[in-house]
Amino acid sequence: MSSRSSTTDASQPITALLVAAAVAIVGLLIVVPLVAVFAEAFAPGVAAWWQALAHDPDTRHAIWLSLTVAPVAVVINTVFGVAAAWLVARFRFPGRSLLISLFDVPFSVSPVVAGLALVLIFGRQGLLGATLAWLDWKVIFSWPGLVLATTFVTLPLVVRELIPVMEAIGPDEEMAAVSLGASGWQMFWRVTLPNIRWALLHGIVLANARAMGEFGAVYVVSGHIAGATDTMPLRVEKLFQEYRQPASMAVASVLAGLALVTLVAKFVIEHRLAAEARDLELARSADGTTHDAPREVA
Amino acid sequence: MSIHIRHVTKTFGSFTALDDVSLDVEDGTLLALLGPSGSGKTTLLRIIAGLEHADSGSIEENGADITELHARSREVGFVFQHYALFRHMSVFENVAFGLRVRKTPDAEVRSRVEELLRLVRLEGLGGRKPSQLSGGQRQRVALARALAIRPKILLLDEPFGALDAKVRVELRQWLRRLHDEIGMTSVFVTHDQEEAFELADRVVVMNQGRIEQEGSPDEVFDQPATPFVMDFLGNVNVYHGRVENGRAFWHGIPIDYPDYPHAQAREARVYLRPHELELSPAADGRQRPGTSLPASVVRVTRSGAVTRVACRPHGSDAELHVDVPTDTARSLTLEPGSSVAITPRRARVFLPAPEYVI
Repeated sequence: MSSRSSTTDASQPITALLVAAAVAIVGLLIVVPLVAVFAEAFAPGVAAWWQALAHDPDTRHAIWLSLTVAPVAVVINTVFGVAAAWLVARFRFPGRSLLISLFDVPFSVSPVVAGLALVLIFGRQGLLGATLAWLDWKVIFSWPGLVLATTFVTLPLVVRELIPVMEAIGPDEEMAAVSLGASGWQMFWRVTLPNIRWALLHGIVLANARAMGEFGAVYVVSGHIAGATDTMPLRVEKLFQEYRQPASMAVASVLAGLALVTLVAKFVIEHRLAAEARDLELARSADGTTHDAPREVA
Repeated sequence: MSIHIRHVTKTFGSFTALDDVSLDVEDGTLLALLGPSGSGKTTLLRIIAGLEHADSGSIEENGADITELHARSREVGFVFQHYALFRHMSVFENVAFGLRVRKTPDAEVRSRVEELLRLVRLEGLGGRKPSQLSGGQRQRVALARALAIRPKILLLDEPFGALDAKVRVELRQWLRRLHDEIGMTSVFVTHDQEEAFELADRVVVMNQGRIEQEGSPDEVFDQPATPFVMDFLGNVNVYHGRVENGRAFWHGIPIDYPDYPHAQAREARVYLRPHELELSPAADGRQRPGTSLPASVVRVTRSGAVTRVACRPHGSDAELHVDVPTDTARSLTLEPGSSVAITPRRARVFLPAPEYVI
């Protein structure tokens, strides 16, 4: 009857058209290419696929490097994200909004520019180049550079996830913990962290997916050295350029598989997050809230 | 444990939440901080708990200065307005929290928590999550959690504000009994005067960061120190009159005011509570001229044992509210338009602060 039911009714011609368009675009741009990657990777057979992954030392090293660089970047991001979100959600200070905007810079800056910026600072001719050479620390063209670049591009993911959740929960539980005698650490481990755990996990999963797949920034700082600084995405590109398409597709299928795992994890976590948000809503309404509680104030 | 607050001031940006507040809370008292929102009552409570820091001034407990003592070392039980229960913990673990962070042995935690759950009448609900409890049950968990650490002082922020009327009255009486049993110093914040008067030994009325009046419920109710207190404590009829020679005038009726013996007339405000006015039939000849005010009834509203009557004095646009026991109202047969005489049994006169011309 109402306009509401007609807008949600898929049998209406315009709605049906829009649904068809959405399905076509998602299918054409996402599903078909993803299936094609797997089809192409396994076309020569599972044995050949395994051969391409496990028996090429450079590919093996690339997988190994990705599996170490990404977790290190994610751990840095987690520590930074929790601390920064807590700071921003719990305190009011001059420059707070500017700081929140700065968290987003890695999203708006092209990863290649981020990589170049790191070279400008940590490269041999860079700002810290002389100091690093004296210390005999190699950052650019080495794994620390990869970690820096990966951390940079994934920086907003954890903190952005946590700020709204921490603000919604509010500081009262933390203050209750302190007034009951908890130290800062006890408060964090027993109250703050359990309350944000699903949001944190969500941020970590997204950051990990982004870290594994990062190409641009890593391309610039790594120097693209096979068997030394090539990560999985760089390896895919190199194999492709060398006309070794089956091997390239095999590595690509591992990355795509990771994306699917991420998708499932994300789905499960988002389900949990929605349930917690409902709980929060329920908790608020059950105590009558501040607004609509019956009061007999004169 | 007595609390002494000395000259505490607290500002948030340009807003002054507390303005040079001093207050003594004697050992074992149940004290209410009463005031409208923004009066600074919650800020004062949080400063006592150490959750907020005063810009200046000091807090003492039993003579020891605790101004700089961290909240976790103050051993103060704090019940938050929305309870702030740990949502991911069971009721049992919520109550046990203060003991767990003190590394209390498990057996002791168990017996103490069970004892407290019995005390707040929540035996058997230890395994529930806070989200599975009603508002009144959550309130009691919050109280048990605060009591678990055997605090020397119990602080409650709007403890009944979020509950429905019936539960609120029950919990109020229960809290009073609990306070008497445990005998610790308790301070609670409320904006509900009924709650303050029913529950507390001492009432502190606050307004705009200052204490307007402090005293026993009877003192505060019977001798309001300021127009604000008079106004805040319920419906009141305000009349802008004048005062001279030790008498104020309310609609021409003299009211003794010996504090102003001067001959020069000054503006004064006369406050009369609805239940301190008496109604009588207009023409029964009992009234002496100059002691009662002829008026006509505008509206009659029955509200339980009390009937509220709105009257308009003859020759005036003002509306006066009079509360009459319903039985008396019946015998008077009041209806809109009928004539009555209003006699003030009690009135309070306040002189406005002198105005200076700049």
